Amino acid sequence: MARIDLNDDGAVVIIGSGAGGGTLAHELTRRGIQVVLLEAGKRQSMASFSQVPGEAFQQLTWLDTRTQSGNWGTARDFPGLPAWHCKTVGGTTVHWTASTPRLEPWELRAKSTYGHVPGTSLIDWPISYPELKNYYLLAERRLGVTRRNGMPGLPASNNFKVMHAGAKKLGYKRVHTGHMAINSRSHDGRGFCIQQGFCVQGCKMGAKWSTLYTEIPSAEATGKLDLRIECRAMRIEHGNNGRVNAVVYRDSQGQEQRQKARLVCVAGNGIETPRLLLLSESAKFPQGLANSSDQVGRNYCHQIVGYIWGIFEKPVYSWRGATVAGVVEDEVLNDPQRGFVGGYRIELVALDLPTMPQVGLPYGWGRDFASIMEEYRNIAGLLINGEDMPRSENRITLNPKVKDAFGLPAANVHVDEHPNDQALRKHAQGQMSKMYQALGAKRTFPGPSLPATHNTCTARMSADPRDGVTNGWGQTHDIPNLFISDGSMMSTPGSANPTLTIVALVLRQAEYIGRQMAAGKI
Amino acid sequence: MDQSITLHRREFLKTTTGLLTGLVAAGSSLALLAPGRAWAVDLTALSSAEAATLMIVARTIIPHDKLDDAAYALVIQAVDADASNDEKTRQMIQEGIAGLGAGFVGSAESERVEALKKMEASGFFQTMRRKTLQVLYANPIAYAYFGYEGEAFSKGGYLFRGFNDLRWLPEVPLADSGPLPV
Ligand SMILES: Cc1cc2nc3c(=O)[nH]c(=O)nc-3n(C[C@H](O)[C@H](O)[C@H](O)COP(=O)(O)OP(=O)(O)OC[C@H]3O[C@@H](n4cnc5c(N)ncnc54)[C@H](O)[C@@H]3O)c2cc1C
Ligand code: SF4
Repeated sequence: MARIDLNDDGAVVIIGSGAGGGTLAHELTRRGIQVVLLEAGKRQSMASFSQVPGEAFQQLTWLDTRTQSGNWGTARDFPGLPAWHCKTVGGTTVHWTASTPRLEPWELRAKSTYGHVPGTSLIDWPISYPELKNYYLLAERRLGVTRRNGMPGLPASNNFKVMHAGAKKLGYKRVHTGHMAINSRSHDGRGFCIQQGFCVQGCKMGAKWSTLYTEIPSAEATGKLDLRIECRAMRIEHGNNGRVNAVVYRDSQGQEQRQKARLVCVAGNGIETPRLLLLSESAKFPQGLANSSDQVGRNYCHQIVGYIWGIFEKPVYSWRGATVAGVVEDEVLNDPQRGFVGGYRIELVALDLPTMPQVGLPYGWGRDFASIMEEYRNIAGLLINGEDMPRSENRITLNPKVKDAFGLPAANVHVDEHPNDQALRKHAQGQMSKMYQALGAKRTFPGPSLPATHNTCTARMSADPRDGVTNGWGQTHDIPNLFISDGSMMSTPGSANPTLTIVALVLRQAEYIGRQMAAGKI
Repeated sequence: MDQSITLHRREFLKTTTGLLTGLVAAGSSLALLAPGRAWAVDLTALSSAEAATLMIVARTIIPHDKLDDAAYALVIQAVDADASNDEKTRQMIQEGIAGLGAGFVGSAESERVEALKKMEASGFFQTMRRKTLQVLYANPIAYAYFGYEGEAFSKGGYLFRGFNDLRWLPEVPLADSGPLPV
């Protein structure tokens, strides 16, 4: 591993080691570029992942103080936890469920496709699908995505059998065990999925792609990576020329350090990324870095999610098997006849016994609540993943009244759902209930709202600098050596789970950074 | 798995305040784990009478009639631990218990539900509901009762232990599924 001097101003500093940051670190170091990778969390391993759900949650989750506001259900159901993501080396790829679909070409042209939708801040992406497609191909190879490049699909689990049968009763055609970044056979020096169903606790097989045991060790092997764990970026600094030149962080001992930088790439997930830009305000940039458009933190999207559970006469044992290995893709289309624009996927889901009553079931107690849990063996589960509408006022701000453990203003997450979001959810939950009812379910019911897991669009790419924060490469409009390297740069969320798109965008960005650095432009 | 062991070990521990005891019912799910054993949970903040009232509260909030008392006792143990770590919590719990009134324990379930409904917004009720949900299902007694098999890595996953053994629906065509590995 490289040791890069604090005063060395030749390195690229990447903040966050998740899907975006971990991948970028590998891509840059393999091109011979020196990288300092700052990660706020600790380093776990396949051996250290806890298989006790409550313990795993504590081990991996970003639990710093946050606040929230707005009319979304999460504010009511999980007041202290607006979003659920990781603080650990590998970021949220340690406990993601690895569903890796692509966006559809028309989803990149959201504004043109959906037309004027009042109360939204929709834009088209500044890049087209053909420009992204090659990088999707590369990303799918890198992640070992199933049903691509000859990697077989995962075998159907019990829970999926219920999903498949129900979907067929409704006439759905595109129903399969998903495009998953989970090895259906050994690949990339990692083993195959043994259907543990503990994907969210960290995959002890390493069958599920995570930057923790793929991209980061590869980057370390180049000798160009200086990974600093338990190091929290507090502020990005700039020189008189308006270019960023250093990152101030707290190290694992709580000491403040200042790492000089040639280039800074922010990949702290869709809430911490804009927060860090806002925290880095200065005399020259009083609104925060890269924020002359006032778009940093705005247009926050998290995708529409929601459970439907079905109770059946016979056992399902839904916890056995890869958690999210199943999808219905027929509703991924823009058909305003359904009463909303944009599409959604229906995905498979299961929850372990301790988590089910806390996160899976709507608020309740007494006989009815207990009677649902009595049927735990016989419950099958589905989850929506749908496109939500960007809104200017749905945004990440600094809460002046509430501080985190470092004394910095906490992030406030504000979400007012758009009527389109609500119409989409209602339609999806209706279809999912019908799937189970068509199979004779004894009962179907929705779960509560959930903490957001897909935080995107808060420093979005835009053709017009007034509409967003970065250009089509994730390079900020205002500061040429400041990049956004995570889901924050997505222009709109679409209905695909975001991570494959994040990886594709970062692979593309790394090429651009390499070229620009070689040409001496940055 | 540790908690059932803790339960036994605690029988021998000196208690400072109260003691919650019971006998594992023959044929209950716990009997498989600890057949014929008496269990005891030592308490550090609450009295035996208070703990016994909380048992009834927890059983009213989440009534699984056939789930052994020992699982509910773990909930009470967790509440007691919180109460002994934090003075405010102890007060809140004890005031909550007092607020239930003397008749609560002996009253019919419908009356207990009514009483709890009236205090649903209180810190006491919300704490008891949250703790019950957190603890009641996260222990080996509950795993056995609900048929949940839990951690699977050490046993080779569910790949050969029933992840696809459902037979009451048609099999999925291979095109929509995938081959078993190996
Ligand atoms: C339960 C769950 C299931 C999911 N399943 C899927 C799925 O099936 N498919 C899918 O596509 N996506 C899924 N996701 C989402 C997926 O995990 C994210 O899209 C992806 O990890 C985002 O990548 P990222 O690089 O933006 O952030 P992350 O992967 O979250 O990484 C960000 C890292 O930055 C670090 N960091 C933040 N701020 C700082 C700072 N100031 N200093 C230092 N370090 C910092 C954090 O500690 C973290 O490690 C899931 C998420 C969750 C929570
Ligand atoms: S089900 Fe598969 S992917 Fe999920 S944790 Fe187990 S081995 Fe890993």
